[in-house]
This record gives sequence, structure tokens and C-alpha cells, in this order.
Amino acid sequence: MMAFLRQVLVIMAKDLRAELRTKEAINASLSFALVVLLLFSFAFDPSEETTREISGGLLWIVFAFAGTLILNRSFARELNNDCLDALISAPIPGSALFLGKALANYVLVLAVELIALPLFGVFYNVRWTSQFWQLMMVVALGTWGMTVTGTIFSALTVNIRLREVMLPILNFPILIPALLGAMQLTSALVAGKPITADNEAWLKMLIGFDIMYTAVSLVLVETVLVGG
Amino acid sequence: MTEAVGVEGVWKFYGDYPALRNITLSAAPGACLALIGRNGAGKTTLLRTIAGFSRPGKGKIAIFGNSPRDTQTRRLMGFIGHGISVYDELSALENLTLFGKLYGLAEPKKTALDWLERTGLDRVKDGLVREFSRGMRQRLAVARAFLHGPKVLLLDEPFTALDDRAIAVLQRLLREALAEGKTIVMSTHQLREALELATHVALLNRGQVAFHGERTADMLADPGWVYARYGEA
Amino acid sequence: MRDKILYVLGAAALILLARDMVLITGFPPEINQGAIFKIIFFHVPMAITALTCAMVAFVASILFLITKKFQYDALAVAVTEVGLAFLAGNLITGSIWGRVAWGMWWAWDARLTSALVCWLLYAGYLMLRNAIEEPTQRATFAAVFSIFAFIDVPIVIFSIKWWRTQHPQPVFWGGGSFPPDWKAVFGWQMLAIMLVGVVLTAVRLRQEQFQREIDSLRRMAHAL
Repeated sequence: MMAFLRQVLVIMAKDLRAELRTKEAINASLSFALVVLLLFSFAFDPSEETTREISGGLLWIVFAFAGTLILNRSFARELNNDCLDALISAPIPGSALFLGKALANYVLVLAVELIALPLFGVFYNVRWTSQFWQLMMVVALGTWGMTVTGTIFSALTVNIRLREVMLPILNFPILIPALLGAMQLTSALVAGKPITADNEAWLKMLIGFDIMYTAVSLVLVETVLVGG
Repeated sequence: MTEAVGVEGVWKFYGDYPALRNITLSAAPGACLALIGRNGAGKTTLLRTIAGFSRPGKGKIAIFGNSPRDTQTRRLMGFIGHGISVYDELSALENLTLFGKLYGLAEPKKTALDWLERTGLDRVKDGLVREFSRGMRQRLAVARAFLHGPKVLLLDEPFTALDDRAIAVLQRLLREALAEGKTIVMSTHQLREALELATHVALLNRGQVAFHGERTADMLADPGWVYARYGEA
Repeated sequence: MRDKILYVLGAAALILLARDMVLITGFPPEINQGAIFKIIFFHVPMAITALTCAMVAFVASILFLITKKFQYDALAVAVTEVGLAFLAGNLITGSIWGRVAWGMWWAWDARLTSALVCWLLYAGYLMLRNAIEEPTQRATFAAVFSIFAFIDVPIVIFSIKWWRTQHPQPVFWGGGSFPPDWKAVFGWQMLAIMLVGVVLTAVRLRQEQFQREIDSLRRMAHAL
């Protein structure tokens, strides 16, 4: 167990170190988030009331698209120099490789989101901090769902044609329920309403989604990496 | 005595097309098997199947009796493929320490420094790999494969595109490895360098084993001998 | 022998469909929505057939991963394509229904929206297959994705339904009543459409197997 966790952390640290040295993916992701936020503000001129209603949708569209740029790099970065070979032949289970990468992606995507949120507040003149901790919980849960499926699909698409296009095509439809739930909860929380019995179903669904897709990914990752 | 590398009745299919057909061969501990054959004969496919990158459609691969996918078995194996399998954005030392940790070495950093010295890279240990020359990158790749003291080394055309210094380093390390009783399976086009080290030779032809036997003086004298006798025109 | 069975099934399906059409047009128009309500005889069976196709694809994908036998991969792709076609039919009939009964081509109704999302899911499956050349890798990865897609289906249906409960919109076929004497015909129609699905799947299955043979022969020819 300890060995497994150590291996996960080694992989996670390696990915983070490599990314922070080049900052390619994270810069692209942040710029993209900024551009989308700007574009939406040109698209319409919202009063504060309208903004709060659409905040959930807007934020999660920004998160999802900016996140894709980071998730795509996840296994793609291993293609250079055939590093994926070295990782597969190392004596670590595929699940450790997957979790390490998923956690590294999680940190990176969360970083972009936590920068985009205050920017959103500034550009759209919205106070979003009234239900801060509950909002953070929703961001954490939604982002994990996105990261888990994004990482496993990054592994799935690493060697195929049209990799950059296939990842979002596969990932977004699968994510629709999670994004829907996250959007609903986020809109309510940004508007200042705490999570009530009404909204709880979304929260439960998000948690269920996260658990299920994490489990299925862990089971199938070895098949994806070593295959048939 | 358990064979170091055992390939038994292995078939590998791409869809319905058999890239490997009923391959049976083996390498005893301490042997050096040179795998030769034309391009497309299946050398890389066979090596990668032995290394556990993909599973055979039929048949069995055994490394010291166990599957190459077993975690414990993977500790005993070292693989050098066509790529150098080290990270451009990390330094030489960071790369080797990383793999040391992944292989569960007791003192990853110390072993890494040791191997950097053995491959003549200790002076550039903190340099990022992307700044290395080609020969330096290849020596680092060799260090990575040997770092964890594998008992079985699987090398896919290791001498191809190496500069003289790297060839010398690799030959020295391989001789030392053989002297230590390690097993090597190496696919190659560079017949001369490979045959000097080899104890056994296997010729692959269109996915099948056309010849498998000891390396003889004849072969050393005329590297094309096996092809002439057993290969196709 | 196999061909003969297919012909018989196909003929049976056509006869049933024809008979049903006669009966259905004979029915009086529905009280609230008029004649358009009868589109339900196609709309719902297509949805149910598509769902069945998804289930078969799921099982076939799992079986492929376990046995590595390509028959299961061929079944998975055949049944997914047929399911996609029926789901498209469901979407189109749903849209027409909405246009005639409510004046809108689309209204984010819970069921139609779920159908659309599922359609996108399985269209992704086909696109994934298209992007992978090597047959074993294609079959393996497609099977993995099919599993991911299928377990999403119930979550999609639930979450979109819950979304619509929180933000209600006019339900497309709310307000329509289903007379009991229509039930028998509905049952036959369901059977007929399922049969069409079976026949189409069998035909596609055969085509897939031929394609694989050709591909491997071509590979062998190149290798020589």
C-alpha cells in the first residue's frame, strides 16, 4: 500500500516538475480561459442578475475547455523520446501510473480554475465568495470528474490519429451529467444560496459520478496501456 | 535450470494478420542471443512482446518462469527501444533518480550518480537532457536501462545510430553484464558488433524462426553466413 | 442457411410493419394532439430498440475484452451503428412531433435531450474506431470506450430528468392519452422494429467480417 502511494507520488511529482519547467500547457490553458471569459463578456452585456444566473454555465465551460488543453498533454508528453515505454516496463501497476498522472492534472487544472474564478469576479463584477467553501467543494468534485475521464481518455487517444480532436469529442459527452450538476450547483452558490435539500441530488450525483469513473478507469487502465 | 527468457509457441496478431507465427526459442542465463532478420521480419514485435509491452495472441512468454507483466519480474528486466526513454525537460540526474525510485532502489540518487559516472555523464549531471548531444542522450538511455541491475536485458537495435563513444560504452557494459551472468537478447542490423558479443543467434523470417543455434566461428568470420544459409534470397 | 433466416425475419418485419401501418392509420386521431400522436408508434419503439442495442454493445464489448474474439468486436460495432440509426430516428420523429403538436422543432424536453446526448456518446465511439488503423488496438480501445459510454447512459437520463424537474418546460407528449385498444398494435410494432434492428445488425455483422478478412489479406500481400 505504502509502496503504491509512493509510486503514485513519484509519477505525480515527475509530471508536475516537467510541466512547471516548461509551463507550456498551463500557459496555454490560462490564456485560453482568459480569452473565453473575455469573449463571453462581448457576447452579451449582462446585468448582475443575469450574470449570476449564467455564472455556473459560463464558469464550467471555461473550466472544461481550458482543462482539455492540460489533459491532452497528460499522456502525450510521454510520446516524446518513447518515455511511455519506460513507464510501462517499470515495475509499477498501471493504476499507479494513472493515479499519479490524474493527480498531477488535477493540481494543474485546479490552479487554472482558481485563477480564473477571481478574474471572473472582476470582469463580470460578481461577488462569488459568499458561499466560498461550498463552492470550493463543488469545484473540487467537478474537476476531479473531468480529470479522471480526461486522463484515461488521454491514455486511450495517445497513439491514434487526430489525438487532440478525439479527446474532447470523447470526453465532453461523457462529462455532460457531471458538468450539468456542477453548473447547477455553481450558479446557486455564486448567487449566494447554500446547498439545500433541493440541490443535494446534484451533489450526490457528482460524488457518484466521480467514484464510478475513478473505479472503472482504475480497472481498465491496464487494458488501455498494454492492451491485447 | 530455468531459462532466463522462454518463448513458447507465440503468435502475435494484428487483426487477423499474424506478425509472429509459432515462435519458440529461449535464452539460458548468461547467454547473449542476437536476433537477426530483414526489416519487417518481426524482430521488434518479438522483442516488445517478450518485454511485455503487448500480450501474445497465443503462446507464452516466461522470464525466469514468470510473466513479463508481473511486477517482480519487471524489476529484473531492462529494455532499450528505438527512443531514449528519458525526459527532455528533466536533468540527467533527475531522470535516473526518477527511474531509480520507480524501480524501488534503496538509494536511488546514489545509484544514479554512480551510473552517470560509469557512462561518462557525471559532469553534465544537472544539465537538461534537451541540451544534450545525441551521443550523450544515448549513453543516458543505456544508464537508465542498466540502473536497476536487471538480470535480463532486451535491446532493440541498440547499436543503430550510435556514435563511436557510445558504441564503446555500450559494448563495455554489455561485456561486463555477460561476465556477471546476465542474459541479453538483442535485435540488430549491426551484425559485426552483435556477433562479437553473441553466444547464440536466431534468424527471423516473415514472423517465423528460420534458424536458432549457437554462434559459430563461421558466423564471426562472415556475418552474412546465417542469411546465406537460412534466409531467403 | 443464415441468409435464409435473415430473409424470413426481414420479410416478417416488413409484413408486420405494413399491417401495423394499415391499422394505425385506421385509428381515430388522438383527442388532445390529433393525428400526429400516432408517431408514438415509431418514436418509442425506436428508442427502446436503441437502448437494447446499447446493452448488447456493452455486453459484446466486455466479452471481447475477456475472450479477445473478434466476433464480439464485430457485434459491438454492428449493433452500435444500428442503434445510432434508430436513435436518430427517435430524435427526428420527436422533433417532427414537437413541431406539429407544439410548434417547436426542439424544446430541450428531458427525453429528447437525453437521446441527443446518448447519440453524441455513441457517435464518438464510431469516430474513435475510425481513428485507429490497427484492428486489435481498434477493437480493444473501442470496447473500453463502449463500457464508459454505457455506464454513462443511466446517469445522463437521470441528471437531465432532474434538471428538467427543477426547470420545468412543456413536456412534448404530456397531455396525450394512450387508448387501451392501441396496446396490442403497439406490441406488434415493437416486435416489428426490433426485427428490423436484428436484420440490419446481422447484415452489418457480415459486412464487418468480410472487411476484416480483406484487411488482413491486404496486410499479408504488403508483407510479401
